[in-house]
Amino acid sequence: MADAIPRLGALDHLGLAARATAEPGAAGVWLGERRFLAKINLRGDPQNAAFMQAAGAALDGVQPTTAPNTAVRAAAIDLLWLGPDEWLVVAAAGSEAALAARLAAAVAPHGGTVTDVTESRTTITVSGPRARDALAKGCPIDLHPRRFRPGDCAQSLLARVGVILLRADDATGPVPRFELHVLRSMADYLWRFLEDAGQEYGVAVVESEDRSQGSGIR
Amino acid sequence: MTAPFDLRRPEGGRIDRARAMRFVFDGAGYSGYAGDTLASALLANGVRLVARSFKYHRPRGIATAGAEEPNALVQLRGNARSEPNIRATQVELYDGLVAASQNRWPSLELDLGALNSVFAKLLPAGFYYKTFMWPPGFWHFYERLVRRMAGMGRAADASDPDRYDHRWAHCDVLVVGAGPSGLAAALAAGRAGARVILCDEQAEPGGSLLGSGATLDGAPAMQWAGAVLAELGALPDVTVLPRTTAFGYYDHNALGLVERVADHAAEPLPGQPRQRLWLVRARQVVLATGAIERPLVFRDNDRPGVMLADAARTYLGRYAVACGRRAVLFTNNDHAYDAALALHAGGVDLAAIVDLRAEPGGLRVDAARARGLRVIAGRAVTATHGRSSVTGVDIARLQEGSDLAVLDRESIACDLVLNSGGWTPSVHLFSQSGGRLRYDEATGAFLPGRAVQAVRAAGSCNGAVALKDCLKQGAAAGAAAAGDCGFAAAPPALPAAEPEPESAPMRLLWVVPSDAPVGHKGKHFVDLQNDVTAADLRLAAREGYRSVEHLKRYTTTGMGTDQGKTSNLAALAILAEATGREIPAVGTTTFRPPYTPVAMGALTGRTVGALLDPARWTPIHRWHVRAGAVFENVGQWQRARYYPQAGEDMHRALARELHAARNAVGIFDASTLGKIDVKGPDAARFLDLVYTNSWSKLGIGRCRYGFMLREDGYVFDDGVTTRLADDHFLVSTTTGNAAPVLSWLEDLLQMEWTELKVRLTSVTEEYAVVTLSGPFARRVLTELTADIDLEPKAFPFMSLSHGTVAGIAARVFRVSFTGELSYEVQVKASYGLALWNACMEAGEKYGITPYGTEAMHVLRAEKGYVIVGQETDGTVTPYDLGMGWIVNDNKPDFIGKRGLRRADLQRPDRKQLVGLRLEAGERRKLPEGAHLVADRDAVPPMPMLGHVTSSYWSVALDAPIALAMIKGGRARMGETVYAPLPDRVAAATVVEPCFWDPEGKRLHG
Repeated sequence: MADAIPRLGALDHLGLAARATAEPGAAGVWLGERRFLAKINLRGDPQNAAFMQAAGAALDGVQPTTAPNTAVRAAAIDLLWLGPDEWLVVAAAGSEAALAARLAAAVAPHGGTVTDVTESRTTITVSGPRARDALAKGCPIDLHPRRFRPGDCAQSLLARVGVILLRADDATGPVPRFELHVLRSMADYLWRFLEDAGQEYGVAVVESEDRSQGSGIR
Repeated sequence: MTAPFDLRRPEGGRIDRARAMRFVFDGAGYSGYAGDTLASALLANGVRLVARSFKYHRPRGIATAGAEEPNALVQLRGNARSEPNIRATQVELYDGLVAASQNRWPSLELDLGALNSVFAKLLPAGFYYKTFMWPPGFWHFYERLVRRMAGMGRAADASDPDRYDHRWAHCDVLVVGAGPSGLAAALAAGRAGARVILCDEQAEPGGSLLGSGATLDGAPAMQWAGAVLAELGALPDVTVLPRTTAFGYYDHNALGLVERVADHAAEPLPGQPRQRLWLVRARQVVLATGAIERPLVFRDNDRPGVMLADAARTYLGRYAVACGRRAVLFTNNDHAYDAALALHAGGVDLAAIVDLRAEPGGLRVDAARARGLRVIAGRAVTATHGRSSVTGVDIARLQEGSDLAVLDRESIACDLVLNSGGWTPSVHLFSQSGGRLRYDEATGAFLPGRAVQAVRAAGSCNGAVALKDCLKQGAAAGAAAAGDCGFAAAPPALPAAEPEPESAPMRLLWVVPSDAPVGHKGKHFVDLQNDVTAADLRLAAREGYRSVEHLKRYTTTGMGTDQGKTSNLAALAILAEATGREIPAVGTTTFRPPYTPVAMGALTGRTVGALLDPARWTPIHRWHVRAGAVFENVGQWQRARYYPQAGEDMHRALARELHAARNAVGIFDASTLGKIDVKGPDAARFLDLVYTNSWSKLGIGRCRYGFMLREDGYVFDDGVTTRLADDHFLVSTTTGNAAPVLSWLEDLLQMEWTELKVRLTSVTEEYAVVTLSGPFARRVLTELTADIDLEPKAFPFMSLSHGTVAGIAARVFRVSFTGELSYEVQVKASYGLALWNACMEAGEKYGITPYGTEAMHVLRAEKGYVIVGQETDGTVTPYDLGMGWIVNDNKPDFIGKRGLRRADLQRPDRKQLVGLRLEAGERRKLPEGAHLVADRDAVPPMPMLGHVTSSYWSVALDAPIALAMIKGGRARMGETVYAPLPDRVAAATVVEPCFWDPEGKRLHG
């Protein structure tokens, strides 16, 4: 039913798709958006082994971590630690309904709760050789490669906007890559801030990998 | 000399003679070189007079070569880029630079303000305070004069076209100052693998090495500096920041740095900020901030051409500029001889070295004598001559036990007076860090003592004098700092410095005598920038000022843009002498950030214009923009306030929107209301505890309005909560309170009721919310849904239905904040605009009209619905609002239950919510906030009954209405109260706070 209804992304008015390039060239900061990634808030007691097991089983074997500010990253799922009893599941766009239902069914008997928050946030990617410099203009946390390692995540302020920040590269490539899950209402502000912050280094808008649904999470 | 002596020496210096730079000062064109500062270029062009002093408008020249400059403040650039009070000594010359002198009128040469000198006796210490005191009421007159005469430069009156940047940075070791000590520290820490930031205020790192001509390992010391910088540059975790001043040292080793990214150009490159503020969090800090030479306080020591000895050496060594042709050095120490010797070697005629010490000795003095220089011992400069430039000095023998020097008088012609009173270590940042200072008798200076934060001082800011010692201290501090960060670090091998000659003790003489008592002839300046003299300080002491902090505020010594960098020590020493105390007993004034002034632009960063503050947009925002809505900020949300059509003002737009909502159908974007998912087997129990009413028996799919109170019984937030499932509720909050409510509820679950199995998730942004309100709301919805039964029996007021609206999965709440038949349609956020458009289309034939927050406020006020924060102010209970029905006192407990029982909250004369109707025919609204009284004729002060909380023009009633909080209001129904207003006394009748459809037929229809 909803297929015919136009869906409006938080940044659609910026016309990013038309601006996107596959060749960022000399630009130091590469910005992109991953629209409508499935995002599911998972809460439960990490001391409850049955809960942890059930959650892991429902998430294709991705076990919720108890290590603060880290994410477990698997082929199709990112599982970000948000608090001692709270995680954010990030998966391919369009998968949220089925995933939330499956996960809720698995964890509810063990006191877990599941809330679909897919539409609450969009995902801005920040990459490029000067990505860290651009982020440092708004983000007080230390993003040095040794301090904020691949798979590390944090909840912080970026330009006074609350973000969930994930180091999304695996340190094998030449440039770092960060994903910012930002509340939909403030995405426009954050995007404009990042474009402004990156201006000194040159900004390129890059194609996000999964404008269509169902492509891999990487 | 036969050839004319050129102030710009033909050789040497770190300037690039191939790159000439043209510049303008006070309208005249000059030329300098790349590598010059404005000050060095002016000196090279023979420009002596560059400023007028603050109070007496005396002619002033360049006195120093660095951040401490008290005199040479200029207005830099023009128009929107104009900046006042910039130190010419720190302005890098660029082609096309334009600067002007300050504090003079009509011109620098002819300054009428100099008449102040004539009346100097009338401007004693503390003259500001004295004018404030008398005659009473004259301050308004004085203020205009004082404002015009003070304030130095002028701020630009157009907005700054340049960009300013902020960034955070983290490091293991922050090294402040890239002189020999700082370079050694950074090298030690960098080699160990630590993350190092090395910052230096100058364009080129090197510090004292840039101009001293020192050698290391037999080669020019800058070669070593260059090699160190090359090595540091190759280390991936070392950041070298030239043109960057560490201006503030805050708690937890946070430091503020300002980087002048593009100040050395007329305009920044595209995209480049002019300045960048760094907020650095350092695990360890090494301060290598150097030392500042201290002037001697002698009579008329302020004439252009009187300069610090080391500054003259720097101008010669670094910029190849001779500051004069014939110089006299006046000193109390050995080190200044180095400067004299360098100038002599550079071709400056050195007429005499006047040494305060009776028997100066040692290698330096011997060297001077060996070159045939005249060393005059035991004497003082007792006067200077000249107007816009010094032309000569008088000297005389110091007499033991006398404060006069009249014997062996002699006059020496010269155009340059070098003076040196020793060195003052730059302990500003160390002191800002909270570190204690200790006084060192031998050098007459305060040195870093016990550190409070993770900080070390090294080099001349730590009292080191010899280059060898600076390098050693720097290397040791850098290695230790890296070691404390867990890196295995050893001090690096250091180059060999020339052996430092043993120095003889200096002679501390804080005020140099002349042939008349201090203050009687000429002026002994202590603080050149604020025109504070030794006589002023002694007067202040006689008037009873004993605290150095009071002295500063009373005399203004140490104030201004230089914050007394060259004067503070002398000022407090003079105070100590005058009050018969030791210097440590007097102490220093507090060192506060910033070390040197920081531009407002740098502090502001990019939080200007469109990026001032995050703006939150609903999924339907763009539609409102296209419809021409006028927005209002509600917290960070931008909400449509009303939608004016062509030719409409707010009043008429509002009337149209209100009419539609009452008579047809209105559409409203309610997406901003807070939404919290409450899940878990104890969800109902939890709500019973946080709300005043009961939730356990609420049916699934039913809605209920509730109040949350604080512990003290006052209303905290309100909203409608819906039961979605046995163990699942959706709580709605006010727009502004969404985040505080969630935090409060989380706090309760985590800290108070840990046994409850409840989890909270904010879903505010998950859904777009479109409200249809008005008699035709059902008809519009009927056109959009096939699977929701809208019949009142099937879908009554305060209930929820799930289904499809306009082809979109939706949940529809039949709730109302307008008093009309209303539906709140919630869909996933990305479908919000599609839903809105579908409603507009389907509603067209029913006259659907978008209404904004202003109309919403009127509609709810007509119904007497309160707004938390408008009717309530944090001291209002549900009973005060006439809503006692919402409090279920039979519940065993809820937050605020105990608070509500306080005697004061039971008083019958508490302010209570009422409605107000004005006299028939009255068209003017009461102002919100207007106070209400019982007696029309009372004169102030009169007892007040209360105040108006909401006041609107009601289109439905064709009359103004108001809500008010009035003492004992519930018992005053029908009484008349009065609002004394500036132009009238308005009468109003107290009525029930519901003006529209009191039976609620429309609501339930």
